Amino acid sequence: MDHTIEYISELVKKTGRKREHLLPVLQGVVQRENCLSDETIIEIARQLDLPTADVYGTATFYSFLETQKMGKYVIRVCKTITCAMKGKNQILLTIEDMLKIGIGETSTDKQFSLLQTNCLGWCHKAPAMLINDEVYTELTPEKVREILSEYIKK
Amino acid sequence: MSKKISISINGISYEVDPEKTILEVANDAGIIIPTLCYHKDLCVAGNCRVCVVEVVGQTRLAASCATPCHDNMEILTNTLKVRNSRKHIIELLLSEHNADCTKCYKNGNCELQELAAEYKIMSQDLIELVNHKNYTIDMYSPSIIKDDSRCIRCQRCVRTCAELQGVNALAVAYKGDHMKISTFFEKSMNDVVCTNCGQCVNHCPTGALIEKNYIEEVWEAISDPEKHVIVQTAPAVRVGLGEEMGIEVGTRVTGRMVAALKNLGFDSVLDTDFTADLTIMEEGTELLTRLKKALVDNDPKAKLPMYTSCSPGWIKYIEHMYPESLDNLSTCKSPQQMFGALAKTYYAKSRKLDPEKIVSVSVMPCTAKKFESYRPEMHDSGYRDVDYVLTTRELAIMIKQAGIDFKKLPEKKFDRLMGESSGAAVIFGATGGVMEAALRTAYELVTGREVPFENLNIAPVRGMDGVREASITIEKPLEQWSFLDGVELKCAVAHGLVNAKKVMEAVKNHEADYHFVEIMACPGGCLGGGGQPIPTNPEIRERRAKAIYEEDAFMPIRKSHQNPEVIKIYKDFLHKPMGEKSHKLLHTHYTPRKRY
Repeated sequence: MDHTIEYISELVKKTGRKREHLLPVLQGVVQRENCLSDETIIEIARQLDLPTADVYGTATFYSFLETQKMGKYVIRVCKTITCAMKGKNQILLTIEDMLKIGIGETSTDKQFSLLQTNCLGWCHKAPAMLINDEVYTELTPEKVREILSEYIKK
Repeated sequence: MSKKISISINGISYEVDPEKTILEVANDAGIIIPTLCYHKDLCVAGNCRVCVVEVVGQTRLAASCATPCHDNMEILTNTLKVRNSRKHIIELLLSEHNADCTKCYKNGNCELQELAAEYKIMSQDLIELVNHKNYTIDMYSPSIIKDDSRCIRCQRCVRTCAELQGVNALAVAYKGDHMKISTFFEKSMNDVVCTNCGQCVNHCPTGALIEKNYIEEVWEAISDPEKHVIVQTAPAVRVGLGEEMGIEVGTRVTGRMVAALKNLGFDSVLDTDFTADLTIMEEGTELLTRLKKALVDNDPKAKLPMYTSCSPGWIKYIEHMYPESLDNLSTCKSPQQMFGALAKTYYAKSRKLDPEKIVSVSVMPCTAKKFESYRPEMHDSGYRDVDYVLTTRELAIMIKQAGIDFKKLPEKKFDRLMGESSGAAVIFGATGGVMEAALRTAYELVTGREVPFENLNIAPVRGMDGVREASITIEKPLEQWSFLDGVELKCAVAHGLVNAKKVMEAVKNHEADYHFVEIMACPGGCLGGGGQPIPTNPEIRERRAKAIYEEDAFMPIRKSHQNPEVIKIYKDFLHKPMGEKSHKLLHTHYTPRKRY
């Protein structure tokens, strides 16, 4: 936690302490820690002099700011209509089968979390998914197995 | 004031101020537009859309609460399109609302239910979403119950907590159909920075936020022949209760309230005002002692300004937000808790009762008092000092359940021993009242003369401005107070926690050098408390305040130290203010809490 406090202090030094700086601070923390724990949110609230409930409200509003502990790799499968028509469910089944986790779950080794997401803007190359910041398109079950195998090896 | 503009509503022309909204103008013109998220105390949100009207020339309907008037605007409030839209909006709200009205605490006093009745929502064409949402009910707080399944997300509570109280215990979390009103990490209201003030309860249009009620427990105690059930009533209840009984706002119903309580079966009907007078004796003495220690002895432990400690919402607020200033709080318990401690000691002894068999009930305009009565330190009588706290609204429910025709009741007087009070105690119910009462007594104690204000009415501390300042210069004091000669006693009064914050920051930044500060958690003081009748708004608060000051003016005794029962209790029992017994029974300590 001490490291996090230090990290937040540095972030705040860079961004500023006004209300509009909340989002960059939240993003910065998520980039490093993958999620916003209650302790982290309290520290951010303290440093920006904001109510904790407000910081929590902002964090929960944004899909990419997680308030639950996530795995090292967060997989987000696009659930919107084009990807759904192009076989998103097959992709989900493949991932679930391979990693033995359901949607919203994290693997026991804390390596992978599986989520669904709204449109990623890759409809022309559907179905698509994100692993952390990396986008993968025109997915097939085979391709997904290959991609995940690489991540498992890492 | 800028130039008036002309608009028409339903074909009739009006000259109006351009800064007014369609809703305000329509209301002034006697046209009723339904609202839900709108509240006179709060900023405009415009999110429920039930107040839509047609503006000629625009294809989309306008939310009248959020649309300002402009010149030559033609507004239609009663067209087929408007009525159908409103009806559809209400249907949509109901589809996301746990509309099991017969099992709701707010049944009969719910703004959504009223609208549903008005627009005759007879069918259920939309899918009910409540069952799919996994709602939980938070009932861990001794003051407030939060039931998300009854929430329509109008955000009145969020705005109340932020704008009136500056506490922000509640915020909007998630988005879209997952959006909900949430505390930090969806913890219980009991576990977050909530002051239990109940303003959210008072502002909630539905049953999503309600007080935790103790009606059944009190009925049970009353019907137990073994128990001696006493009840105390706070000053603000007598100017609010009438509203629940269909009597005009601002009517004093003290006599009828006492009669009703006697009819309910309480063994003794007593008055918190008695301990309000006692508070003045203790708090006034404490202030003078502090002044002496600070001004003469230069004692660093004597902290000024001294803050009043009557409002439990304020106490919890300062414990959370300014724990470093807890030494500035008066150590006096609130009148409710003083009463509780005395009920099971002094009262029990005088009436030759076993304190174990006494059930001490209080009727308060407040939900924070429920939490206060649960504080572990409030057991100085050897028992729980106050057993059950009812709000004004709960008392009204009990009166109705008992089949009492309140309007026709003959007036009765409080029972004796802890039933007598002064005008100074009554005004505890209004913002500035404690200050005024304290000054009436303290000035006279120090100088031997009455406060130099006409009819004892200290006008500068009255009114509804958020923060009010007053000062009084002490001239020719009695010998023992000679150190106060020429001292200008600087006072401030704040109500609503957002104003308390202003005072606290001013003091912290050395921008103000007050000696004595009165703070009440709720806007208007207790008369606008979270346990008072719904609705409460600026106009209603003004009228209740007027009634409080009338009640004071009509009292034969206007100063706390002249209350004969107060004189008697010091003679027979307490011996002197801030004495040993007082310390044990009437004073308390505070707990620093987390701000985040």
